[in-house]
Amino acid sequence: MSLYALLKRDLLIAFRNRGELFNPLMFFLMVASLFPLAVTPDPQFLGEIAPGIIWVGALLATLLSMDLMFKGDYEDGAIEQLLVSPSPTMLFVLVKVLVHFVVAGLPLTLMAPLLGLMLSLPESGFAPLMLSLLIGTPILSLLGAIGAALTVGLKKGGMLMPLLILPLYIPVLIFAASSVQAGVQGDPYIGHLAFLGAYLAMSLVVAPVAAAFALRISVSR
Amino acid sequence: MWQAIKRLYHKLGSPKWFYQISELWSPWFFWVGAILMSVGLVWGLAFAPADYLQGNSFRIIYIHVPSALLSQSAYIMMAVAGLVGLVWKMKMSFIVGKAIAPIGAGMAVLALLTGAIWGKPTWGTWWVWDARLTSMLILLFLYFGVIAIYNAIENEDMANKAAAVLSIVGTINIPIIKYSVEWWNTLHQPATITLTKKPTMAPEMFIPLAMTIIAFYCWFAVWVFARTRNEILWRERRTKWVRQTLGLSE
Repeated sequence: MSLYALLKRDLLIAFRNRGELFNPLMFFLMVASLFPLAVTPDPQFLGEIAPGIIWVGALLATLLSMDLMFKGDYEDGAIEQLLVSPSPTMLFVLVKVLVHFVVAGLPLTLMAPLLGLMLSLPESGFAPLMLSLLIGTPILSLLGAIGAALTVGLKKGGMLMPLLILPLYIPVLIFAASSVQAGVQGDPYIGHLAFLGAYLAMSLVVAPVAAAFALRISVSR
Repeated sequence: MWQAIKRLYHKLGSPKWFYQISELWSPWFFWVGAILMSVGLVWGLAFAPADYLQGNSFRIIYIHVPSALLSQSAYIMMAVAGLVGLVWKMKMSFIVGKAIAPIGAGMAVLALLTGAIWGKPTWGTWWVWDARLTSMLILLFLYFGVIAIYNAIENEDMANKAAAVLSIVGTINIPIIKYSVEWWNTLHQPATITLTKKPTMAPEMFIPLAMTIIAFYCWFAVWVFARTRNEILWRERRTKWVRQTLGLSE
C-alpha cells in the first residue's frame, strides 16, 4: 500500500514539474536536429544514420534526467524514512524506476516517430524503432538507478554518473540500433530485440538489488 | 582441512599477516616471472617458427594475449574481492580490490595498444569497430568508472563499498567480451587457446606463450602485493607494528 502511495506521489510530483518532464524531450529533439545541420541534409544519408542518431539522443536524454531520480528524496530526508520503512528497498527502487520510465522513457518512445520523420528514416524502420525503445528505455532506467544511487550524496555526482553508467548502456545501444538497422534493410529484427529482452531480464534481476544496496551505502554516511 | 581454510581466511583478514607474508612471497613471484618472461620472450620472438599465414607479425601475441587475458581476469578478481568485502565485511579484500583497479586498466590499455600494432599489418588498419575490440574498450571504461568512484568519494568506507558494487555490476560485460568472437562473426580471430581443448597452435609456438602468460600473472601478483602493502602501511600508520616495521619507534 505504501508503495502504491509512493508511486502516486512520485507521478504527481513529476507531472507538476512540467519543466523537468519536458527538458529531456526538448534535448532529444535538439540533438536530433543538430545532425542534419552538422553532417548533411541529404535524406538518403540521413535515413541511413537515423537509427543511430535517435538511439544516441535517447540515451543522452535519459542520462540527463537520471541524476534527479533520488536527489529530491535525498535532500529532504525522505529517503532515510523509506530505508527504515518495512517495505524492501528493492521495491522502492523499482517504483522509482517505473516512475522514471513513465516520465522519461515512454515520452521518448512516443516522440521517436517524429524524429524518424525528420531524419527521413525509411518506413520499415519505424516498428523496430518503437519496439526497441519500448524494451530499451526501461533498461536505461534500471541501470541508471544504480549510478544515481551511487552518486546521490556527491557534489560532483552529475559529472560522475555518465562515466559509471555509459559502459553498461553500450550493449543496449548496440542491440537496439542494430535492430532498427535490420528493419531498415528489410531483414528480420526479432533476434536483436530478443537480445535486448534478455538484457532487460538480466538488469531487472541485478539492478534493483545493486541500486538498493548502493542507496544504503550513500545514506549511511 | 576445513580448519586450515578457516585459519587461512582469518589470517588473510589481518593486514599485519598479509604484509609479512606478501613480503616473503614477492621475491619468489618476481623471479619466477622474470625467468619465465625472459625465456618465453626470447623463445617466442627469436626461435619460434613464423606463422604460415601472418609471418612474423604474429609474434606480438606473446604480449597481446597475456595482457588481454590478464585485464579480464583482473576485473573478475576485483569484483570477487569486492563481493567478499561486502558479504564478509573484510577490510583487506577492499584494499586488494583497490590495488587491482589501475593495474587492470593498464593491462587493458596494453592489450588495446598491442592489438592495434598487430592489426595494422594483418588487417591494414589500427582500429576497427569489431565486437571484440569494442567490448575490450568498454572494459577499459568500466575500469575508469571504478577508479573514478574511488577518487570522487572521500569517505574511505563508502568509497570501498560503492566501488565494489560498481565492479560487481560491471562483470555483466565479461561474458560479452569472452564470447563476442563466437557470437558475432567479425574481424577478430577466435580465441587461440582454451583451457578445455588441446591447443591448436604448434607446441613450439604455444609453450613460450604459456610461459609469458604465467609470467604476466606472477608479475601482476608482485604488483598487487606492492600496492596493497603500501595501502596497508598508510591505513595502519598509527599502529605499533607499522612503526616498529619501519623503524620509527624503538
